[in-house]
Amino acid sequence: MRVEGDDESEALAQRAAPPDEGTRRVLVTGLSTYWGGRLAEALEGFEHVEAIIGVDREAPTRELERTEFVKVSNQHSLIQRIVRAAEIDTVIDTRLVVSSLTAPPRLAHENNVIGTLNILAACTGPDSPVRKFIFKSSGHCYGAEQDDPAFFTEEMGRPHPPRTALERDILEAEASVTEFAEKTPAVDVTILRCANVLGPDVDTAFTRMFALPAVPMVLGFDPRIQFVHEDDVVHALEHAAFHRVPGTYNVAGDGVLALSEAIGLLAKPPLPLLPPWGTGLLLAPLKRLGLRMPDEMLGLLRFGRGLDNRRLKETGFHYAFTTREAVLRLAEHFRLVPVMRGGEQAYTYEREVEEFLRWSPHVRRDQPGDRGGASTDREPTPI
Amino acid sequence: MAPVSPERTSLARAAEAELAAEQARLPAVPDRTPERRRADLPAIEPERTIDDWGRSEWMESLMDRGLLDFFYHYWFRVEVEGIENVPSDGGALLVSNHAGALPPDAAMISKAIREEHPNPRPLYLTVEHFFKGYPGFSMLIPKLGGVAAHPANVHRLLYDEEQLVLVFPEGRKGSEKLYRDRYRLRRFGRGGFVEAAIRAEAKLVPLCVVGAEEAMPTFAQIDVLRRLTGLIYFPITPTFPWLGPLGMLGYLPAKFKIRFLEPIDTSELGPDAAEDKALVQILAQETRARIQENLHEMLARRRSVWRG
Repeated sequence: MRVEGDDESEALAQRAAPPDEGTRRVLVTGLSTYWGGRLAEALEGFEHVEAIIGVDREAPTRELERTEFVKVSNQHSLIQRIVRAAEIDTVIDTRLVVSSLTAPPRLAHENNVIGTLNILAACTGPDSPVRKFIFKSSGHCYGAEQDDPAFFTEEMGRPHPPRTALERDILEAEASVTEFAEKTPAVDVTILRCANVLGPDVDTAFTRMFALPAVPMVLGFDPRIQFVHEDDVVHALEHAAFHRVPGTYNVAGDGVLALSEAIGLLAKPPLPLLPPWGTGLLLAPLKRLGLRMPDEMLGLLRFGRGLDNRRLKETGFHYAFTTREAVLRLAEHFRLVPVMRGGEQAYTYEREVEEFLRWSPHVRRDQPGDRGGASTDREPTPI
Repeated sequence: MAPVSPERTSLARAAEAELAAEQARLPAVPDRTPERRRADLPAIEPERTIDDWGRSEWMESLMDRGLLDFFYHYWFRVEVEGIENVPSDGGALLVSNHAGALPPDAAMISKAIREEHPNPRPLYLTVEHFFKGYPGFSMLIPKLGGVAAHPANVHRLLYDEEQLVLVFPEGRKGSEKLYRDRYRLRRFGRGGFVEAAIRAEAKLVPLCVVGAEEAMPTFAQIDVLRRLTGLIYFPITPTFPWLGPLGMLGYLPAKFKIRFLEPIDTSELGPDAAEDKALVQILAQETRARIQENLHEMLARRRSVWRG
């Protein structure tokens, strides 16, 4: 392992993937999910992006300034019409369900497998304006088994058949994206396999587990686990949008922690109470009490998983947080939660208000920041 | 914690990238040179005491002070020959004979490098996947430098991280063999260790350990108990299972001798040679023969099992 010097990183940046200027009209699927909202918000900061259109079946959960929301389910004919009409050049698919806590199995299957097929179908066709497709996937596609390598690289694939329905669905969705990539060489297809995400805003199985007063562990196991900060995931999506990076990439922070180490950073007591044998049996009654542990976590709590993140770095991407820093940020957030409670008002989408703000001639648009929270304090970056 | 500097996000990069804008529609050519691959490895975070493989400094030094010092200096009275054959830098694969129900050889070899080598580098030990799945072992073994014997793990350690890796090609066939078969090398797997070394352009350092066979002689293997406990084998030794799990540490005070042999340099062969099955087998055989030969010579000179 090496400590990277400044000269060295400068030299490396020159060898990064070429930037892509053609990303101007973007369709974000899953706008109402955390990732869709964050991404649209980020894209609004880039002035050269002319159009940001978000589709989802539910109303957006974030206040957005110029993103247009179209309420539509995963029907490919409708999405296809939107894509053609708006001359979308880049589709960013952030809709994948990666935790069995967030959606019931049937809905997750519908969304992950059928939904992906529909989105892909909407981008196909000889006269399709789409030239770039970015798919947010999950490290769950690798699984977590006893004889796994310590660091998965992108070409390794999954050494064992999937164990849970969710993992099967993610694999199936990825397979159809890969097939799409092979059939339509004119479209740059990027798949981003994200490690478990941590951060103050995002809601994942791990943030929920770490929020408990004591963190459960499987007795006799201390798995190696890796996280990525929520901001780095958004940056990775941006990076893929504005650079030519076709292929599959792992998105994971530097460093793999032992679970006990992560719990130590959170300054919480570990609770090695889950029995090594019959873990599933014990969890069944706990589930009834409302303590749910998603199935895809069981392997992780035993064997852990590490991802090799170097391929994305090769394209010039820089992570803002290591795994350790991501855990520390979460710890800081947990300390602030009791102080900040109830301070913020949740945003609700009101169609009429949003339309007034976007289209009314009386709204002054030349003053930046007139919409409070939604304005970006970020410098719009020319490319 | 370092503040987030804008240079570390993809956004600030975009401005620099203006220069390269002409090549906008050229296909991306990823840079996969070894130097780049190494530079992209995670930087060391000085605040951490556990590395990315799960190795814990704290646990290691605890073991070192608590047990290994005593065993190394007073119990086994380890004698080391040819420590100069262990390279001071670059990846190297150490290949050893293997013995003992709970083998003491690995710990003694890594302690020998820490004690005798001018550049005391950490030694990673390849272990069976079994240990990752067994409660207790799964926590402990990685903390002490154990890494699952997956070809990708060995390659990353040898090639990208340029570390020292210890491998027992006999695997469990070596540690489960009975006392009457002592110092008879088992089959050296399928030569996977040679492939790994060639691919990583690393040196192969054969080495012999004398003493481990007598430190914990195995008289029998009980298959029924092995299945009941889910262990990889269930040995009958002078102290195990009579003294319970602690009986696993009941080593007899045999005299240890460790001899590092002349390294075999695989870097001239080129990484494609790993596909050459014949060459791999020849190198594996040669390594095995040299270890066996040296073991015989060391045994012939040994006057007493206990005093050397």
